[in-house]
Amino acid sequence: MRDVTLIETELLAAPAADAESLLPSARRKRLLHILRRPSSIIAMLGVLLLIALALFGTAIAPYSPGALDLANQFSGPGAQHLFGTDDLGRDIFSRVIVGTQYSLMAVVIVLSIALVVGIIVGASAGYIGGLTDEVLMRVTDIFLAFPGIVLALAIAAALGPSITNGVIAIAAIWWPTYARLVRGQVLALKNNDYVDAARSLGSSNVRIIVSHILRNGIAPVLVQLTLDMGNVLVTFAGLSYLGLGAPVGTAEWGAMVNAGQTNILTNWWLSTFPGLAIFLTALDLNLLGDMFQDILAPGAARRI
Amino acid sequence: MTTFLARRLGFLVLVVLGVSILTFVVSHLVPADPAALIAGKNASPATLAIIRHRYGLDKPLPLQYLSYMGGLLHGDLGLSSYSRRPILDDFLDYFPATIELTFYALLISVVIGVPLGVYSGLSRGGPLDHASRIFSIAGSALPIFWLGLLLQLVFYGRLGWLPELGRLDTFMAAPRHITGIYTIDSLLSLNLQALGNTLKHVLLPAFTLAFATLSLVVRVTRASMVDVLAQDYIRTARAKGVDRFSVVMRHALRNALIPTITLLGLQVGNLLSGAFLVEIVFSWPGIGFYSVNTIQNADYQAIMSITVLIAVIYTFVNLLVDILYIKLDPRINYA
Repeated sequence: MRDVTLIETELLAAPAADAESLLPSARRKRLLHILRRPSSIIAMLGVLLLIALALFGTAIAPYSPGALDLANQFSGPGAQHLFGTDDLGRDIFSRVIVGTQYSLMAVVIVLSIALVVGIIVGASAGYIGGLTDEVLMRVTDIFLAFPGIVLALAIAAALGPSITNGVIAIAAIWWPTYARLVRGQVLALKNNDYVDAARSLGSSNVRIIVSHILRNGIAPVLVQLTLDMGNVLVTFAGLSYLGLGAPVGTAEWGAMVNAGQTNILTNWWLSTFPGLAIFLTALDLNLLGDMFQDILAPGAARRI
Repeated sequence: MTTFLARRLGFLVLVVLGVSILTFVVSHLVPADPAALIAGKNASPATLAIIRHRYGLDKPLPLQYLSYMGGLLHGDLGLSSYSRRPILDDFLDYFPATIELTFYALLISVVIGVPLGVYSGLSRGGPLDHASRIFSIAGSALPIFWLGLLLQLVFYGRLGWLPELGRLDTFMAAPRHITGIYTIDSLLSLNLQALGNTLKHVLLPAFTLAFATLSLVVRVTRASMVDVLAQDYIRTARAKGVDRFSVVMRHALRNALIPTITLLGLQVGNLLSGAFLVEIVFSWPGIGFYSVNTIQNADYQAIMSITVLIAVIYTFVNLLVDILYIKLDPRINYA
């Protein structure tokens, strides 16, 4: 998935806006048009709900996510327990609500690390060029030589299962995409006249990169960021499902799917609801990503 | 072509070097002392020192790396403390199951995805086109380990049509070992019972693994079909009186499939990493299943060696895919 979206965002870098669509009034009209689409409205409401659940989940949840109730093991979904209870009688609805914060936090932190590392590596490679470029890009290639989750698995295994280590492991496989993207943007923009002008005025290299090159070339990077949100969420849940993200027993969605799977044939709700939470959240983040893509990269083809 | 191949083979060497350094560094991030893991909890400092010496853990890190690398080059990946066998033997035992699963997943993606994509490209805006759009939006958000469990719940738990776990029924003997890929082995040894049983077992995991790729295949095939159908040569063919069916099959499809093949090449990595999850859901004894088990048993040597092997295989597959493109589309020129 990462590779395909990368290629698509490289295509997006080409400016497609004609003169008329650059008029402020036309741009505002287009923005409103995008924001009023049903899919955008669903995406924005969904994200508001997710943020609310992440911030106030513990207060909203009807039960404490860790509260044991051994008399009510495996009770099916009903009025008492909306999503049923698990093997220890814990309320799955409450655990799904409280789990929101782990997933959202993982997405935000993984993408922040990937972005920062990607900008530092990619901008240095593209701006300095020569041997530095060669070395940094070969290192990037080596990280890309592992298929997806495999390297994350090895790193998480070495560091031990915890949410922090899971986040580090996924960030380690995610930054190379950004390094390549940023390098491409820097190469495309660094020979512009306004960059030369800034240099002749005595701007430092860091200042040139940050406020002249990145400011003009950041749009495709942001598009990639919004398209990646759903992927990171599902990958993090997958790592936890394998027992290498959130430790066993945490109210994290992937770990809950794992915990429920031994008894799923007799109690279908155990893994079904946490998995549904992953699916719907990723779906919502993807819709949001499509919306941001339309806003940030006008004229680009829709992802799907 | 020659310079392209030389460059890519050079890159392969670099990957082996880089990947082995990377995994070596990662395996030394392990907070636990490997000597203590081997010796057990109550070992005396003297025992630990002996073990460190025997496994070369008392040497400086660069020397340790060199002896590790020397082993790798001789095909010696070390011993697995989980299975107590050479890691290479384990790999050769488990990897065919992953190849089999991935092959069927690719097959399902193509056999279902291409016709569906062509059809929605031909009937743009129709109900099937909308359905395939929804399907492909869902495809990228669906966690496949969850999809696998749901399919088990329905097709094994409720309907009882398909088996839940493994490659064969519990009491069925594996076909005579020739390649380790049961479909091929049972065909070669004319063991039709094992063949049928294998196919029944592979259906759910392969479909689960295929799902994300399938939805992309539908979308990409549809888009390139729409593109190709708008080309002048299609109009020319129609104007010459070629019937619609031949235009689609002979003129359009052939060119429309190039992006689909590119996509399938890019998907090999996703299928391999997806296999790690699917193999756990379905207890499919492939390399993902093996790796996760070694991780749960703190067998770091095995994890690192397997990681290096997979990276090398993946890089090699990518090279093959690139060569295939050149053969398929003479316009592509890498040199």
